[in-house]
Amino acid sequence: MASLRFHIRFPEDKIKEPIIYQIGHEYKVVTNVRRADVRETTGWMDVELTGETAEIERAVEGLRKKGVLVDPIELNVVE
Amino acid sequence: MAKMKALVCRECGKEYPTKAIHVCELCFGPLEVKYNYDEIKKGISRHKIESGPHSMWRYIDLLPVEGAATVGPHAGFTPMVRAHNLGAYLGLNELYIKNDTVNHPTLSFKDRVVAVALTRARELGFGTVACASTGNLANSVAAHAAAAGLQCYVFIPGDLEAAKVLGNLIYRPNVVEVEGNYDDVNRLCSEIAAEHGWAFVNINIRPYYAEGSKTLAFETVEQLGWRAPDHAVVPMASGSLLTKIWKGLNEMLMLGLVEEVRTKVNGAQAEGCSPIATAYREGRDFFKPVKPKTIAKSLAIGNPADGYYALKATAESGGAMDMVSDEEVVEGIKLLAQTEGIFAETAGGVTVGVLRKLVKQGIIKRSDLTVAYITGNGLKTQEAVIDAVGRPVRIQPSLVSFERTFKMGKNGGGAA
Repeated sequence: MASLRFHIRFPEDKIKEPIIYQIGHEYKVVTNVRRADVRETTGWMDVELTGETAEIERAVEGLRKKGVLVDPIELNVVE
Repeated sequence: MAKMKALVCRECGKEYPTKAIHVCELCFGPLEVKYNYDEIKKGISRHKIESGPHSMWRYIDLLPVEGAATVGPHAGFTPMVRAHNLGAYLGLNELYIKNDTVNHPTLSFKDRVVAVALTRARELGFGTVACASTGNLANSVAAHAAAAGLQCYVFIPGDLEAAKVLGNLIYRPNVVEVEGNYDDVNRLCSEIAAEHGWAFVNINIRPYYAEGSKTLAFETVEQLGWRAPDHAVVPMASGSLLTKIWKGLNEMLMLGLVEEVRTKVNGAQAEGCSPIATAYREGRDFFKPVKPKTIAKSLAIGNPADGYYALKATAESGGAMDMVSDEEVVEGIKLLAQTEGIFAETAGGVTVGVLRKLVKQGIIKRSDLTVAYITGNGLKTQEAVIDAVGRPVRIQPSLVSFERTFKMGKNGGGAA
């Protein structure tokens, strides 16, 4: 089991969708939101996904397919 | 009592021991070093600093290491150049260039942060250090690791031009070329750091690493005769440099090393990668990530870790932010070279370009004591200016040809 932390960003047209709920149902990962800021036009969440590493990677891909931006919690680390 | 009190979450304030960790377990906010300023105040003075080594380690009392500097002992204390010519051109009476193009050993400000990161990594017991980089950071980590006898891993995207890594290979690090793009390397390195506990200088060692940038503020104050400037113009990639310059200035004030700090800290980005400056322009307190497209590669961070904090620091200081086109970057590089004899990499062109704009807009005034931070050497990004510097004058190997070309009489003078 692994626990990986991500910063995810919602574009305006995705803000109303229950994407975190959906991911928890569609993949074998536990979603745990630790910090978030959701406004009318944008929103972000810092979230932990716990599960098998391969399943977390599938869940991340699933998030991306739903139109949200997924980055590591550190954002860009390549300097 | 130790000078480092704890690592503290920048968001919720929860404290942690000073280990190789960088994210708050509670709220996932970033951690930074909290110091025992009361203790530091007892031992620090202008005289003590002035008697210290001719490097950034003269400010060791305000750096996050427990013992002496064991890596990068010669980093920092770069020249503060009084830029008479550039100042006259721009209409500034007191302009200075903080010249990190000659930082030791790899000619960029990264030598400061890496010296701190590797000294701290060694104190924490690491024998292997790593980074994810496409340029200056890899250079500095590889060079410092070689000199310190540390194992070194540099992760690069597989689609990076070969020339970018050649400078690193000379130090014999383990260069790991990841089959993928920037985002793939970014994600992988974050996961390796999380799962395997390596000393990634800009990931789990980041709270210590970032503090090295404060030395630019300390040196500025000392080299200006223990004065803080009215304006600082700082290039922004992750935004960390700007926030740490602001932090460093305030530490000096808090410790009584400078009487007042009225410095407005201004941020500079290239138009092709300006998430922070765009947020400033649009009056937002958050930034939108971008896909970088600029010649200023060393500033090309589209989703900057400290973007929010840079916006905050600029607002607190009353500073501004602006951005310049790639053409203006090249103009800035040329202007600095042709007025002050300093050849900067593209980030320097961004700084000079934005400095020029801020003066034109009246944000920086003629009488303002201004410092522009030039963070890397132009020899690293020669391709950016190769088509903008003209060609050599060609002559035949004869005196006649020489004199004809330069329209020169027997008594000298003339021009091509």
